Amino acid sequence: MSPEKTPILKVSKLVKRFGGFHALDGLSFHVVPGEILGLVGPNGSGKTTAINVISGLYAPDGGEVVFDGASSGGVASHKLVHRGINRTFQVPKPFLSLTVRENIQVALAYGGATGAPSIAELLEEYRLKEVADRPAADLNSAQQKMLDLTRALATRPRLLLLDELAAGLNPAELDWIAGRIKALAATGMAIIVVEHLMGFIEQITDRVIVLNAGKEIFEGTLATAVREPQVIEVFLGGEHAH
Amino acid sequence: MLNASKHLLFILAPLVVVFALLPGVYQNHLLLFNFVIFLILAQGVNIIYGFTGYLPFGYVGFFGAGAYGFAIMVMHLQTPAPLAVLVGGLVAIALGLLLTPLLRLSGAYFAIANLAASLAVLHFVANPALEGITKGPYGVSLTGTFNPTHAYYAAVVVMALTVGAVIYLKNSPFGLALQAVREDAVSASMAGVNIIKMRMIAWLASALVAGLAGGIYAWYVSVFYPDNVFSGEFSIFAIVFALFGGVATITGPIVGVLILYGIYNLIGFTTPQYFQLIYGLLIMGLVLFLPAGLVSLATRRGWHVP
Repeated sequence: MSPEKTPILKVSKLVKRFGGFHALDGLSFHVVPGEILGLVGPNGSGKTTAINVISGLYAPDGGEVVFDGASSGGVASHKLVHRGINRTFQVPKPFLSLTVRENIQVALAYGGATGAPSIAELLEEYRLKEVADRPAADLNSAQQKMLDLTRALATRPRLLLLDELAAGLNPAELDWIAGRIKALAATGMAIIVVEHLMGFIEQITDRVIVLNAGKEIFEGTLATAVREPQVIEVFLGGEHAH
Repeated sequence: MLNASKHLLFILAPLVVVFALLPGVYQNHLLLFNFVIFLILAQGVNIIYGFTGYLPFGYVGFFGAGAYGFAIMVMHLQTPAPLAVLVGGLVAIALGLLLTPLLRLSGAYFAIANLAASLAVLHFVANPALEGITKGPYGVSLTGTFNPTHAYYAAVVVMALTVGAVIYLKNSPFGLALQAVREDAVSASMAGVNIIKMRMIAWLASALVAGLAGGIYAWYVSVFYPDNVFSGEFSIFAIVFALFGGVATITGPIVGVLILYGIYNLIGFTTPQYFQLIYGLLIMGLVLFLPAGLVSLATRRGWHVP
């Protein structure tokens, strides 16, 4: 992390409720350009909700999201995409009946990005060249995840949110995608990674935020986090904490 | 050669030439006219259903609105027929705008709400209290504009424009984005697509197409009742023809109309007593064995169907 940099995203006291359930309950954090931030926490701790609010799928019920100096909470997703935010989904969501190439074409045509990578580059870099003209429905789960990622990259985001991109990838694929994510961050892209695979998180992140019940309970490196009693408690239950 | 040019040359041009020349060699002009009207309506259904996934069970609402838009202009303002047809299209667009809240619904809910909306428009138009404007349930009789020949060629022009629009959708990033919205609206928005705007454009375009067809239909028949131009058969036929051929393609709805409406008339002429039976079996067979339409026979083999 480079503390001298201005954060590209600042989340302050974010609240998101579903009925009486507080999925996010006063969450605050920031991320700077070029940083890879990990969001970790047990199931239901609010990681994906945070990503959904930041990417415009949900409007926040309280608090503020500021992207690149302008308030972005409750702004429609496609407008946030044009402003430079994009994401992948926990369960990849490609346009199934369109070909891989067409999937990327839509994002290139409508993403509003100048200087976006070409289709050929994206297909090559994310190992989709062989299946470029097949319908997305024919791809395996790992390939669909890569298609989700290339769809996002075609809009040339400055903030990329990766929701469990690594889940289900084999060790070789994990190493490879870790390298790709680091290379993207090296270009100045801010990246937020939601992940359960701690080895993967440790390999790529500069800093992690540990969430529990919609609140931040820890911020720092993963190596420090795993020694925090409070963190151990939420992950493993009270009896393991000491 | 670009795909779009190929499609214009090998699909649109032959279709227009054939339907422009057929009245010279085939005497049943009403039948030819109905073919052209259904080609327009099936492509109109294709635009909204094939490209965005909204099944317009009340599609006839736009057709009827166009017919009455035409009739009111001619009856009250003595508007020339071609201009009145355009007004019919605009009336359908206005109705489409009024019904945009329906686009918040999806699947069967949208289909049912759309059907209810078309019935509401029918009963509004057929209301005896509006006799002074729409002639209410007593029907419309237009004498000044009666000219089936001109109406027929106007229909061919609208058919050409409609097929042209579908060719554009099939070959443009715009059409691709519409299909993306149909496949997954959330992902489409993350590709930067304004999904509300895209759905509106497709909805209003398909409304316009049906409104123009309705206006031309009113011009052609000149005498009609609300039940005629708001008949649910128009919606059902247009949907069945489009599905039979295969939606989200250019050729599917065309093939669907030519084959299915052809068979429909053939049975009607030769063995009308078995009409419902044969037609019903045909449609059941389609749903069971070819849910993605006739074109899927080719696409399953990996052939590309425009």
